[in-house]
Amino acid sequence: MIDALFNWFDERLGISGSGRKMLNKIFPDHWSFLIGEIALYSFIVLLGTGVFLTLYFVPSSKEVIYEGSYAPLRGQPVSEAFASTLNLSFAVRGGLLMRQMHHWSANIFVGSIVVHMLRIFFTGAFRKPRELNWIVGSTLLILAIFNGFLGYSLPDDLVSGTGIRISFSIVESIPLIGSYAAFFLFGGNFPGNAIIPRFFILHVLVLPAVIVGLLSAHLGMLVRQKHTQFPGRGNTPRNVVGAPLWPTFVAKTTGFMFLTVAVTGVLSAFFQINPVWLYGPYVPYKVSYAVQPDWYMGWLDGALRIMPSWEIVGFGHMIPNVFFPAILLPGITFGVLQMWPFIEARLTHDHAEHQILDRPRDRPKRTAFGAAVFSFYFVLFGASATDVLANYLSISLNVVLTSFRFLAIAVPLIVFPVTYRICKEMQSVPTAGKRKRANVVLRSAEGGYSTVRAEERPGDAVPRVDPLPLDEDLQFVPVMAGVLAGGDVLAEETQPESPAEVDSDRPRSGIFRIPRNYR
Amino acid sequence: MATKTAWAATITASSSMPDEPDATAASSGPDDPSRRVRIPVISVRADAPQFQIAAKNPRRAELVASSGFVLAAASFAGFGAAYWQNYSNFWLAVTFSVGFAGLGYGMVVWGKYLMPRGPFSESRHSLVPTSAQREVFVQDFASRGKVAVERRGFLVKTLGLASGILGVVLAFPLLRSLGPLPGKTLRQTAWRRGSYLVDVTGRKIKTGDLEVGGFTTVFPETDIGGAYSQTMLIRVDPPPASGYLTPPPQFAKQRATWAPQGYIAFSKVCTHAGCPVGLYQELTKKMLCPCHQSLFDVTDAAIPIFGPAPRPLPQLPLYIDDEGYFRAQDGYDEPVGPGYWERGND
Ligand code: FES
Repeated sequence: MIDALFNWFDERLGISGSGRKMLNKIFPDHWSFLIGEIALYSFIVLLGTGVFLTLYFVPSSKEVIYEGSYAPLRGQPVSEAFASTLNLSFAVRGGLLMRQMHHWSANIFVGSIVVHMLRIFFTGAFRKPRELNWIVGSTLLILAIFNGFLGYSLPDDLVSGTGIRISFSIVESIPLIGSYAAFFLFGGNFPGNAIIPRFFILHVLVLPAVIVGLLSAHLGMLVRQKHTQFPGRGNTPRNVVGAPLWPTFVAKTTGFMFLTVAVTGVLSAFFQINPVWLYGPYVPYKVSYAVQPDWYMGWLDGALRIMPSWEIVGFGHMIPNVFFPAILLPGITFGVLQMWPFIEARLTHDHAEHQILDRPRDRPKRTAFGAAVFSFYFVLFGASATDVLANYLSISLNVVLTSFRFLAIAVPLIVFPVTYRICKEMQSVPTAGKRKRANVVLRSAEGGYSTVRAEERPGDAVPRVDPLPLDEDLQFVPVMAGVLAGGDVLAEETQPESPAEVDSDRPRSGIFRIPRNYR
Repeated sequence: MATKTAWAATITASSSMPDEPDATAASSGPDDPSRRVRIPVISVRADAPQFQIAAKNPRRAELVASSGFVLAAASFAGFGAAYWQNYSNFWLAVTFSVGFAGLGYGMVVWGKYLMPRGPFSESRHSLVPTSAQREVFVQDFASRGKVAVERRGFLVKTLGLASGILGVVLAFPLLRSLGPLPGKTLRQTAWRRGSYLVDVTGRKIKTGDLEVGGFTTVFPETDIGGAYSQTMLIRVDPPPASGYLTPPPQFAKQRATWAPQGYIAFSKVCTHAGCPVGLYQELTKKMLCPCHQSLFDVTDAAIPIFGPAPRPLPQLPLYIDDEGYFRAQDGYDEPVGPGYWERGND
C-alpha cells in the first residue's frame, strides 16, 4: 500500500533520484548548530499559536465597553483589540496558554537568531561562499525584531500604546519625509484608528510571508552550499562530517523541536508574560511608570535614554533628537551587520572560500571587535533600565544616566583589548577548549596524598573515529540492517558475490536498506 | 546461524561511478553492455565503529526512550482532560509541555543512542563553475538577447513606458491614499482663544479646584482626551504676591500674565518622543517624563534640565474669567511634542 503510494508520487515527481541524495545529507554534530534550529522551531510555534490567536483577536480600535470576565476592568471603555485580547485570555479555553506561548516563543525566536548570528560571526561562517546567506539571515533578524514589535503592540494596552506613540515620533523624525511617512503609516495624526488594523495585517500576513520566503531561501542555500564544520579529525574542506539526515538527524531534530515546544510551554506555565489587563487599556494622556519594551527593543530604548539632548535646527528645518538614536543608530547597526562579510574581506584581503570554521581565539581581532560591539549594545540594553536601577539602588537618576553615557564608550574600549589578550593567551595553551580527564587527589590512611586519574566519563569514553564517507553510491546494505536488527541476519548477505560489476541502472536504495531475508 | 564472526566479515559496498555518464553511454539503451560500469569496491567492515549504536545496552535505551513516549501519552491525555474540565491555564500548560518534553526526550534518546553513531561524511563539491561553463552560459544569454531584445528597440521603449506609468500610478493607492498630508495638523492643537480648561470628564476647572501642589490633566472642551491637546495644569506653591507666577527673565515680557494665582499649564506631550509627561514632583517642582526620564523645571518655563528632551514644554497662557473658570488666553504659540523636519525653530 505504502509502496504503491510512493510509486505513484515517484513516477510523477521523480523523488527517488534527488531524494536519495537528500537522505545522505550530513549535519555536523556540534551543539552550536542547534541554535539556528531553535529559531526555526520557535518560528513554527509562532505560526501555530498565532493562527489560534487570529481566530479570536479583533484588530480594531473601535471603543467598546468591556463586559468580560476580568472584573477590575468591567464597565470601562476599551478598544475592541484590548477587549478581545482579554477575552481570548480569559474566556477562550487554552487561549491564555496560546497567547503566552506566542509571546514567549517570539522572545525565543529573536533571542536564538541573535545567538545563532553570534556563532556565525565569531566562527567566521559568513565568509565566502556564504555572504549571501548572512545577508538573508540578518534580514531575518531585522524582520523578526520588527514583527515582534508589531505583535506586542496589537493588544492596545497602556505599555504598548506608549511604544506606538514613541514609534510615531521616531518615524516623524526622519529628515525630509518623516511627517509624511508617519501620517501615511498611521493614516493621519497620532493616534488615529488605522494603526491597529494596519499593524495587524503587517504582523500576521505581510511580514510572516516575507519571513517564510527568506527562511526557505536561507535553508535552500544551506542545502546547496552544505554546512560549514569545525576543524577536527577527518574534517576537510572537501567533506562534511556528521550524522545523515535519515534517520539520525530526523530523529534528533524532531525531538529537539518537541523540546523547544516543551520549553516554551513550561515558560508559559510558570512565568506570566505581558499581562495587559494589569497595564490597562491605552489612553493617550495616561502613562505608566517603568515603561519598557520587550528585550530585543531594549537597546533602542536605552539609546533613546542616554542620547544627549541635542537637536539640529537650521534653515527652517530640524533634525530631531530621536533621529540619532532611533533611526541613525539602527541604520548604521544593520547596515554594518549586513555588509560585514564584505567589510571583513576588504580588511583582511581574504577572498578565498572557507568551509572550515575558525575557532574564535584564532581570530583575535575579529573576536575582540565582535565582543566590543556586542558589549556596546549590551550597555545600551542596560541603559533601558535607568529608572529601575536608580530606584533599586536608591541613587539619583542623574548618576545612573551619566554613568551609562560613560559606560557606553568605556566598556567597548575595555572589552576590545581584554578579549584580544584572552584570545592570545588561549592560543598559547594547546589543550584549551579540549576535554580533560579529571584527576582525583586521594588521602591515604597514613595521611599521604596521591593523585589518580578519575573514572572515565561518558564523553571521554567514545574515541573519535574517522568519518565514513556516505557518498551517494556507497551501499551499506547488510551492515546497517544487521546492526539495527540486532545482528542475526547477516549470514547470507555478507557472503556477497564480491560484485565487481553491478548494473549502474539498478535502482539505488538507501544506506539502511533491509536485506531480503529480513522483512 | 550467523555468529558474531559473521559481523566481522568484510562485506562489499558497491558504487557506481560518481561522474555523470558520458555522452555515448547516455545515447545507448539500458541493456547496452557499455553502460555496465566497473564499480570500485569499497570495503566496509561490519564492525566498523561508525555503525555501532551508542548505547551499551540497547534494550535499556529503548526502555528509556519509550518511557518518554509513555509519559507523553499520559500527559496529552491529561491535557485533554484538563481542557474538557476547563482547568486553569497552569494545568493546560503543564500537561501540554510535559507531553512535548516526553516526545522530545524519547526522540532524542532514540536518535542519539539507538542509531549508528557515525561519524559519516559526504563530499563537498565546489559550486564554482568552470570558466568554460560560464562562457557558454553568458554567450547563450547574450546571443539570445541580441536576437530577441536588442533588435526590438521600439518594443523595449514602449514596454518601458507602460511599466513606468504603472509604477507612477501605483504610488497613489500604495502610498498617497494611506493617509492625509500633515498640513497644519502638527502645528496646531485644539486650544483656541478662550477655550475652557476641562478635565477628562468634561468638567470645567475653577480656581480652588486644585490643592496647592496639586496637578491635573486638562483639555479644551472640543478635544477631551486628545493626544496633542493634553495639558498639565499645576498649582505651584507658594502663590506669588503679584498674582502671577514670575516667568524666567527671557520670557519676562511675553509670559508675565500667563500663570495667574500660581496656576501654570504646560503641554503634556514630551518634546522628546511624545510620551505624556505625567509625573509631577511637588517638592522640587519638576515634571518627569516616565518614558526616558526627561525632567522639566516648572518654575523655569519647563526647560529640560535632565534627560534627552531637547526643548522646553510649550506653555499654555491662562486667565481666570469673571466666574472663576480657567480659560486659555490663546492656543500654544509653538508646535507641541517631538520635532520633525518641517518644524524649524518656531
Ligand atoms: S518621551 Fe519623554 S523623555 Fe522620551
